[in-house]
Amino acid sequence: MTLDLPLIWAGLIAFAVLAYVVLDGFDLGVGILFPLVQGEANKDEMMNSVAPVWDGNETWLVLGGGGLFAVFPLAYSIIMPALYAPIIIMLLALVFRGVAFEFRWKTRRGQFLWDWAFAFGSTVAAFAQGVALGALVQGIKVEGRAYAGGWWDWLTPFSLFTGAALVVGYALLGATWLILKTEDHVQRRAYTIAFWAAPLTLAMIGVVSLWTPFLNPLYAARWFGWPHILLAIPVPLLVLASAYLLLKGLTERRETSPFLASLSLFVLSFIGIGISFYPNIVPHSVTIWDAAAPDNSLSFLLVGAVVLVPLILGYTAYSYWVFRGKVKAVGGYH
Amino acid sequence: MLPDITALDLARMQFAFTVSFHIIFPVFSIGLASYLAVLNGLHLWTGKAVYLDLFNYWKKIFAVAFGMGVVSGIVMSYQFGTNWSVFSDKTGPVLGPLMGYEVLSAFFLEAGFLGVMLFGRIRVGERLHFFATLMVAAGTFMSAFWILSVNSWMQTPAGYGMNAEGQFIVESWWAVIFNPSFPYRLVHMVLAAYLTTAFVVGGVGALHLLHDRNNQGARLMFSMAMWMAVVVAPLQIGAGDAHGINTLEHQPAKVMAMEGHYDSHPDGAPLILFGIPNPTEKRIDYAVQIPYASSLILKHDPTAPLAGLDTIDDALEPPVAILFWTFRLMVGIGFAMLGLGVWSLIARYRRELYNAPWLYRAAILMGPSGFVAVLAGWITTEVGRQPYTVYGLLTTAQSASSIDAAAVGTSLVAFIVVYFTLFSAGLFYIFRLMNKPPHPGEPGLPVDEPVRAGGIMPAPAMDADGDGLLNDQGARA
Repeated sequence: MTLDLPLIWAGLIAFAVLAYVVLDGFDLGVGILFPLVQGEANKDEMMNSVAPVWDGNETWLVLGGGGLFAVFPLAYSIIMPALYAPIIIMLLALVFRGVAFEFRWKTRRGQFLWDWAFAFGSTVAAFAQGVALGALVQGIKVEGRAYAGGWWDWLTPFSLFTGAALVVGYALLGATWLILKTEDHVQRRAYTIAFWAAPLTLAMIGVVSLWTPFLNPLYAARWFGWPHILLAIPVPLLVLASAYLLLKGLTERRETSPFLASLSLFVLSFIGIGISFYPNIVPHSVTIWDAAAPDNSLSFLLVGAVVLVPLILGYTAYSYWVFRGKVKAVGGYH
Repeated sequence: MLPDITALDLARMQFAFTVSFHIIFPVFSIGLASYLAVLNGLHLWTGKAVYLDLFNYWKKIFAVAFGMGVVSGIVMSYQFGTNWSVFSDKTGPVLGPLMGYEVLSAFFLEAGFLGVMLFGRIRVGERLHFFATLMVAAGTFMSAFWILSVNSWMQTPAGYGMNAEGQFIVESWWAVIFNPSFPYRLVHMVLAAYLTTAFVVGGVGALHLLHDRNNQGARLMFSMAMWMAVVVAPLQIGAGDAHGINTLEHQPAKVMAMEGHYDSHPDGAPLILFGIPNPTEKRIDYAVQIPYASSLILKHDPTAPLAGLDTIDDALEPPVAILFWTFRLMVGIGFAMLGLGVWSLIARYRRELYNAPWLYRAAILMGPSGFVAVLAGWITTEVGRQPYTVYGLLTTAQSASSIDAAAVGTSLVAFIVVYFTLFSAGLFYIFRLMNKPPHPGEPGLPVDEPVRAGGIMPAPAMDADGDGLLNDQGARA
């Protein structure tokens, strides 16, 4: 039996990126919402809800980047220069928010600065990720084994829109996470924000979904051609179902279902992007098999991944379990 | 503008800048994670409170340094692609899986157990908490293992072939991972991390002993650090020597430049202690040298012939002046560390270890010396490999992305501004934590809450546990 290693790895890398998007999504979202909740004690509570897990969450981003380098080096070496500016901006923004986790507690006089760094860094990182995604979806010009476009090709109305959409989407994840993890004032604010962010996210998912097929005939064929449509049609239906559960959960003031429904929106949008891309890894010219490293590189790392990824999922789950339940505000100690 | 500076120069500056900033944090966290594991283990074993006090003291500093290491490290994993895309395409099949293993076996392990180590002691119990600390330490070590294997392969490539697309491919993973310079580099670097951390810990202990000779925590950390200096500094000098001999075998031009040997010495080469490299005349001016000593060190035979840079094509000659100085700086610090260790041993023998103000002052001065030595050592080995990224096979000029100088220049400026601003703040907070003496009942964690507050930030709010000592921590004052 021969395994289609590039296909397996495309699935694993996609899983890593998805894990990153949903996990760091909610903790970036908490950062995006930082300015919308007043009171330092409340901000303490928000930050504490993600403090024990944020660096684990960001490790998935390293796996996405490092994994791409390892198994699809050609894709890595084309995509990174093509998305130069948004990637660099994202990295710098992540530095801002990452250090804020520690620095914010070290000073009272300068605390507002780190509040700002946390909010600013989270928002800009989310926006840059959305722009990078949009730029990838709209296609990358390739000649030979290198990026052949200009340095501003990533900047289009579409990519700016996907940037904004991701900020709103992460804000929704953050708000529903806070509903799950906090109480009282922060939770009430999170409900209010989620009521705004939920319809806005759904509208933006709708706009991107309708816009994408017009970017390239390949996408249109993928979504509307026969028999692809059979595979594609469940996705929008499930999005509608998730939207219903999300709005129902919010109106009934449920604590868990809004977060799960928001996660499911992200997973479905991600699957939608996967349907658009396949079998390309660099739209619209480089396929998974073109970009893959030789099989012995793929199989060498696959052995490790098969053993280690379940372990990682296990102890990550354990860590979430240890810190389960509501986060208490620091102010609650008085 | 500066018309002479090319996109390649800027990309190299950006890599040098970001990697130099980054390396400071992992070096410290490799050493400190092991130290924390030792303290945690000793507390579990002996039940003495002072070990837990020290654990909690250094844990706060570890958290700040680790956070800065994580975010500056993410930058590294993407910079290969943005600025060095040709290198990425060509070496991805070989180096990518090694880095993949680093992420899977090390980064996740560290990050996954860090939360429990920092916040979870009471939640999970002492034994599991010790286990979490061990996992964080193991993660830092495995990270060093893989990334040094990657670097060593670039220095001494082995076990590879080429495919039709011009990519390096792997013929033997064993030969790739355990390439000829890897064991030496791994030992040299891990010892460097331990020494660097020991001198930071020793410097902080000395600082507080200078003010209060009876501070038990300060005594313990100073004593432990000085034992490390005594034991590890000589090991490190031996490891460095072995590493140098290995380099002579595989990258002779690098050693010629380090030694300042412009000319060949058929009858035994002198060891140049000091001098001023003169690259235009290709000689060392004002050289102070010991005859035959270089041959003795490198060949273990005073009259063994040693080739000089006159046997190397000028285009392949690494920048001698940089290597000459950074190498001497590193070696000088190594011997100074040994000296301090010996001094502490004498003081210990005379039972004056806790009454030795001049030793304390010297230890404070030497506190940051490990970082300087590490940076000097890395500059030596990385600049010494020029003009190649993969030694003898792929040049640095061939490795770069074809990016506008303006784009690279702008991002370089952005990195410099952001790193200096944010990491200066981080260093300031670390110094402030170090400036507070350790004391009994060192605030650990908000015991039953996943709240950052008590563990990392001794907030006034956490005074609830009534030890009355939190406020004088002054972190939020």
